[in-house]
Amino acid sequence: MIRAVIVMNTQGKPRLLKFYEFQPPEKQQELIRSVFAVLSERPDKVSNFVEADAIFGPGTRLVYKHLATLYFVFVFDNSENELAMLDLIQVFVETLDRCFKNVCELDIVFNFNKMHAILDEIIFGGLVLETSSEQVLKAAEEISRLEKSSSSISFVPKAVTGRFSR
Amino acid sequence: MAAPVAASSPSLVDTLFQRSLDDLIRALRSSPSAAAEDAAIARALDEIRREIRSPDLDTKAVALQKLTYLSSLNFLDPSWAAFHTLELLPSPTLSHPRVGYLAAALSFHPSSTDLLPLATHQLRKHIAPSPSNPPALAAPALHLLALASSPDLANHLAPDLLPLLSSQAVSSPLRPKAVAAALRTLSVCPDAAPVLFKPLVDCLSSSDPRTASTAIGVFCELAVAAPDPSPYLPLAPEFYRLLVDCRNNWVLIKVLKIFARLAPLEPRLAGRILDPVCQLIRRSPAKSLVFECIRTVLTSLSDHDDAVRLAVDKAKEFLASDDDPNLRYLGLRALTMLGPVHSWAVEESREAVIRSLHDPDTNIRHEALCLVMGMLSDNNVVEICNLLIKYAMKSDPEFANEILDAVLMTCGRNLYELILDFDWYVSLLGEMVRNPHCAKGDEIERQLVDIGLRVRDARPELVRVARDLLIDPALLGNPFLCRVLSAAAWISGEYVEFSRNPLELIEALLQPRTNLLPSLVRAVYIQAVFKVTLFCFISFNEQMQAAELLSLGNSSNERQGNLEGPYLFAGKTSTDQNTAFEIDHCVATADKADSIEKKETLTHESISNLLHLIESAVGPLSECAEVEVQERARNVLGLIFNIRETQFWNIKAYHELTRDKKVTELVELMEATFSEDLGPVSTNAQKRVSLPEDLTLNENLSDISKILSDHDATCASISFSLRSHPSVETTEDFAPVAETNSLLAEHRKRHGLYYLPAEKDDIESNDYPLANEPLLSASHGDVTEDFMKLTAQSLNPRKAKPTKPRPMVIRLDEGDGVSSSNFKSIKESKDDLLSGAIRNVLLGNESKPSSSLKKSSDKTSRRRDNDVSDNSELVSEHQDNSTIGDKEHGQSSSRSRHHNHRHKEKNDSSGKNGSNEEKSHKHSTRSSRYHKHRQRGDPPSDIVPQAPVIILVLSIPFGWICFQEKNEFNLYPIIIGIASDQPVRSHWIRLDCLFGSVPFEDPTCN
Repeated sequence: MIRAVIVMNTQGKPRLLKFYEFQPPEKQQELIRSVFAVLSERPDKVSNFVEADAIFGPGTRLVYKHLATLYFVFVFDNSENELAMLDLIQVFVETLDRCFKNVCELDIVFNFNKMHAILDEIIFGGLVLETSSEQVLKAAEEISRLEKSSSSISFVPKAVTGRFSR
Repeated sequence: MAAPVAASSPSLVDTLFQRSLDDLIRALRSSPSAAAEDAAIARALDEIRREIRSPDLDTKAVALQKLTYLSSLNFLDPSWAAFHTLELLPSPTLSHPRVGYLAAALSFHPSSTDLLPLATHQLRKHIAPSPSNPPALAAPALHLLALASSPDLANHLAPDLLPLLSSQAVSSPLRPKAVAAALRTLSVCPDAAPVLFKPLVDCLSSSDPRTASTAIGVFCELAVAAPDPSPYLPLAPEFYRLLVDCRNNWVLIKVLKIFARLAPLEPRLAGRILDPVCQLIRRSPAKSLVFECIRTVLTSLSDHDDAVRLAVDKAKEFLASDDDPNLRYLGLRALTMLGPVHSWAVEESREAVIRSLHDPDTNIRHEALCLVMGMLSDNNVVEICNLLIKYAMKSDPEFANEILDAVLMTCGRNLYELILDFDWYVSLLGEMVRNPHCAKGDEIERQLVDIGLRVRDARPELVRVARDLLIDPALLGNPFLCRVLSAAAWISGEYVEFSRNPLELIEALLQPRTNLLPSLVRAVYIQAVFKVTLFCFISFNEQMQAAELLSLGNSSNERQGNLEGPYLFAGKTSTDQNTAFEIDHCVATADKADSIEKKETLTHESISNLLHLIESAVGPLSECAEVEVQERARNVLGLIFNIRETQFWNIKAYHELTRDKKVTELVELMEATFSEDLGPVSTNAQKRVSLPEDLTLNENLSDISKILSDHDATCASISFSLRSHPSVETTEDFAPVAETNSLLAEHRKRHGLYYLPAEKDDIESNDYPLANEPLLSASHGDVTEDFMKLTAQSLNPRKAKPTKPRPMVIRLDEGDGVSSSNFKSIKESKDDLLSGAIRNVLLGNESKPSSSLKKSSDKTSRRRDNDVSDNSELVSEHQDNSTIGDKEHGQSSSRSRHHNHRHKEKNDSSGKNGSNEEKSHKHSTRSSRYHKHRQRGDPPSDIVPQAPVIILVLSIPFGWICFQEKNEFNLYPIIIGIASDQPVRSHWIRLDCLFGSVPFEDPTCN
């Protein structure tokens, strides 16, 4: 099963974290640090797999992809296939790309909820649910449409809050 | 920046102008420094704490959203807000419960919050299929269940998953999610298996590809995680159908994972899937699927040579893909999976593997190193290891240490089974130390000492290597190597008789840079100085005696005049080397031909100089703050003091020597102290000390005072302590020693069991010489003979090597697997629950689980009650059954099973029952057979001796204290014994063995 999905930037700042096996916050921080320590050591153009026994427990591996300023990391155990996980990262990134039109780090920073909504359509409780980015996108858009139609949060004038925050 | 608006007065304005999540993110991003960001977070948290209590759900939702963001990405503990999270769930506005569910999914877990059961009803409402529950609401509820449900919650809500699981609506988006949630429910609550398992199985054949693929994912998780996957065997036809029909690579990968677990259980299954798997390897364009096929073949179908051949060829293709490091890495991994049986595969791609050692990718280098280490055999170990160590010299620090580690581990494996030439290996260890990046000092230290203890033949080379390490001043500054130096010092002290130049050794041990060493290592150094000094003195004394013999003989032959000159002591003309005591031929006469070279430098003068050197170097340490160093330094100084005390040192002429009895006594005493070999100690040694039947504690204790008084005298007479005895009473005679010895002999006769047994009458087959067993009367020849016997028994018969026989390595029994297997079985018990539940479901007797339970318990109890013969009858009966079954199914089994399955699909109930029954019969046979195996494997528990076990032996100044295992009164019986001058040492070692370490420094001089 997939143990965790981590998106972090090349400075080690987490941008999206999802643990499918519960980890208390302190532990999460420690894990992110160790993952970043491993990844930042690795040069470009080497294989995308890292044995993660020391970080996530015996039998775990992680696969990562380094895209622009971001690392996309999937942690998994021996009931998943390495190359399939690499493909899945591709699906995830592709979906984000379609959703945000040329995704960049800022999109991910400012779309916390949407990121989770998309991820939950692809991976559910550690199991792979959907591998077609088109389907994922459709489901995610449906959700945001429903949310918008029923929500009243956005009625608070943006301009006002914007002024206060500056 | 966000001004702290109305920090003191929460008001309507406040809620109206609440900062949104985006505002918060912007504020955090605009913080110039980490400190400012922390302050911003703290401020935001205050804000959230206020807002989240608001009765307005919108305000609450936004606050929770912000908290979720902060807790997820800034690692704050959100558990204080758990209740507020639950408050949002019932809201009719879709976004509110979604925010709540997201927060809960990221932070809820039975181990962190126990509030989730409060939401049981709400969850049930949300996952119930109704028009008012859009998938956007039910999905996060299911997600929360899949991540955070406790056993109770899972049990309560299991029935509510059923409608979703069996929903027939075409491509219901919730069905796959319900399947995923069912996995968690099953794994935390095996009791739910009867309810959920059948619908899950049905999902496998769902027309919706997502449902089917999620379902196969669930079964893959279950089968891979289960310690015993046999309960899933009855589902094999389902999986086989997917393997043949399905075109979805994700599904196929999961099916292959399941078959990799199931195939070893059922040979016919392996044969059946072989063909489709090979087809996939040949045809599939998807590398992930091909790799999975390779893995399945290499791990689970490795008996089928054709398939292995095909898989290995494919793996080689992976290995050869120059542009994709991932494939190269996986290719190497595939080769690693093949066991030693198929070492040909690695041999074939040897070149590629060696080339991979230079790959820029650390993963690839690591795998290549593993493969190279796997190729090692006693034929090529020398070449490959030499090569690797040379390569490590010029590779980067991390990989250099990885190589060193791999070489140390592989060569040290199973008591150096690969090593035939220990001289080579010992010098290789020396070379490793020379690696500038070497950080494996601890392991090298361990192996050096270990080889010294176990391999007698390697000692001369070991001493040579140790000397080279000790005299190199450059090594002293390296903190990673001080452990190695400590081992080197110990070796040169313990086996000093192999040293070519003991004087040089002492100089090396006392060189000024030794003050860079940690004090514990320094203590070892000083103790080594003690041993070496003693050795020099003893050798010198022997020379004297030999010379005396010779001169006596010569004088009778009236040739004294010729020899008189050389035999004059250097004390007369101390500066003139030419008149120094030359003893070459004398030693030769004394039948010590082998040691000529090393002893020729020993003269009265050189030893005098040596003593001066030691005094000046060690003297300051006698006030050292570190007790270990101080104590040993004082021992050394005490020895020198004693040597100087004897008139021996002041004599001018040789013939006066023999008149001084004290010299002889001193030499004999000290020689005896170190004459015993230190040996490896079995971790079980302590357990073998059993309690004598006729022991009465009173009797022993009444002797104590007498023993004590005796021993005090002895102690005083041989003490070296300068402080308490400024003038050591060396004039006192040694009668008390003899007395204690006789007392001890008496004691040994009466309570021999406390001593490490000399006879081999142990229950456990322990034919090895007991470590440190005093070899009082045994000659050296006996020992070697013993050792020869040992090797014959303990080492596997190996090909005779014509050139050089492998030196014997002392090996102690390794029978310590019992506890670990116990632990394993405990660990597995929970998984077994689930397996058992699933077994019941699949065998179709969930309606009457009690009866099956009774039946099985009946069986086991019968097995326990009855004796072995009955047991074997039972087994043979089963075997008969199974062979009949095999015959029945033999040729057309898989086809008929397949057929059954099709049949089942058409008219579900009747066909299913039939096939299930058939499977259940087969299955029960198998499981009972496994059971039997396990039983046979268990150690016979009744044979365990009931005698109390001694758990601790402490050495005390006059003997030892032995603690036994606590008795039924919760007391730890204590036995106190005495020790003579000799066994003190071995008892200390017994203590050492309790703590699982080899004896490192001997405390003889306490």
